[in-house]
Amino acid sequence: MKILVAVKRVIDYNVQIRVKEDGSGVVTDNVKMSTNPPDDNAIEEAVKIKEAGKAKEIVAITIGEEKAQETVRKALAVGADRGIHVKVDNVIEPLAVSKILKKIVEKENPDLVFMGKQAIDDDCNQTGQMLAALLNWPQATFASKIEVKDNALEVTREIDEGLETIEVNVPAIVTCDLRLNEPRYASLPNIMKAKKKPIEQINASDLGVDINPRIEQIKVEEPPKRKAGIKVASVEELVQKLKNEAKVI
Amino acid sequence: MSVLLIAEHNNKEVRPFTYNAITAASQINENLHVLVLGHQADDVAKSLSEVPNVKKVIHVDNEIYENYIAENYTSAIIKHAENYSHIVSSANTFGKNLMPRIAALLDTSQVSDIIKVISEDTFLRPIYAGNAFATVKSNDKKKCVTIRPTSFDPADKSGGSAEITKSDPAEASSSTKFLKKEEVKSDRPELGTARIVISGGRGMQNGENFKLISDIADKLNAAIGASRAAVDAGYITNDHQVGQTGKVVVPDLYIAVGISGAIQHLAGMKESKVIVAINKDGEAPIFSVADYGLEADLFEALPQFLSELNKLNTIQK
Repeated sequence: MKILVAVKRVIDYNVQIRVKEDGSGVVTDNVKMSTNPPDDNAIEEAVKIKEAGKAKEIVAITIGEEKAQETVRKALAVGADRGIHVKVDNVIEPLAVSKILKKIVEKENPDLVFMGKQAIDDDCNQTGQMLAALLNWPQATFASKIEVKDNALEVTREIDEGLETIEVNVPAIVTCDLRLNEPRYASLPNIMKAKKKPIEQINASDLGVDINPRIEQIKVEEPPKRKAGIKVASVEELVQKLKNEAKVI
Repeated sequence: MSVLLIAEHNNKEVRPFTYNAITAASQINENLHVLVLGHQADDVAKSLSEVPNVKKVIHVDNEIYENYIAENYTSAIIKHAENYSHIVSSANTFGKNLMPRIAALLDTSQVSDIIKVISEDTFLRPIYAGNAFATVKSNDKKKCVTIRPTSFDPADKSGGSAEITKSDPAEASSSTKFLKKEEVKSDRPELGTARIVISGGRGMQNGENFKLISDIADKLNAAIGASRAAVDAGYITNDHQVGQTGKVVVPDLYIAVGISGAIQHLAGMKESKVIVAINKDGEAPIFSVADYGLEADLFEALPQFLSELNKLNTIQK
């Protein structure tokens, strides 16, 4: 089996986001960037499946500017075999990302495509489902457990009411939740080895898909700030405040 | 111009967030139709026909819609899509799973998780875990939109009498099979819609200690939430998680106990009307969003809190 894993470079989850004064977006210059956290779970799961002898090859792909390659390099350091970097200069929408991924899937013929359930920058939660639709493949979103069977996966999904288990035939798309596994750290020797693994570069413009934006971002602003609260000295005072001042109990 | 809302239900009852989505959908355009895909879900179709904001209910009854198989839902929705300018659903795990599949087949760039309708094509949505708000305008001919339910009041449930029309099912997928659902049953209010939420974090130290939280939840008729750390550690099940990748809650009162207040947790609760933080670390970031902060050991504070509540003559329900 061959697994394609899509990873995205985003502002690190620990960074306090700052909105640009001109309302055009958020500050990204000199800000720490990392792999989108659930994409790390996607890579980890692919590596575990390969280690269990159920997959032969893992290909990591990213779409983005030159530096997005770092995320592919990181995936190679934890166990992906080779990488693909599709170069685009601007931020593109999930629909465009899924159209690019579809082209790559048609070229690579993977049995499975894994990715994180949501990117923590635009919080869209769309790409996996869109790719599944464009390929007419089944989708298993928000996966917290994956069992590989003969030509099928049994996937446990995290849903609002609890957990749901479905079976999807291969080929399939899986979007990964944070509790799927514990992503490993790359060891230094593996980081060195990853530098020798190949990353194929492709220009998005050569793929013949429409990646023009359909959504205009009119402005980005800071959310309203909460007014500063107070510290109370005791539980008794807290209950009195909730009862008599806030009037919520 | 008209809007098609995809109802979320369990074949017997309408799931509550559908009513919040109805409010948002009717702000986009008042010509609002609701699609009920289900198995023997006549009661659901009837309930929705009584919502005054709903102009028409389309009911498709077939066993392939008993569970939310996105593939089956999508083919049915696509069949009806040509009559509508907007397809909408709530932005919970139901709508998040479903809507992008529809959008891609309609060649539409979806607008996810809106918190405000500015006009028929322009919406406000949070990005970066709610640390920025983006105003976005969709230029697609057909628009696919998911709605953050807690940002809209639920619609009135009675007084209307919309027409219910039956429609035929579309083809079923043979490559996806529903196996089982493990639903956590509880007599408590639903986390997403509760008036009061009390949540525990890593500071709870283990699952048994959540009893301290559930005792207070019982007293206040509150729902129980948790931080990702508490869920990851196995103290409590995933359906309780509040945050960027869990549930977003906007109760009148949110009580955060032993939660440090990571950005990802704040994303799920900082719009709450009144926030209380109980934490022994006075520097914890949760205090920066709390209206009332109590710097204390939760193992002392929670039993005291319960006994103070017991002293009150009346408690709002």
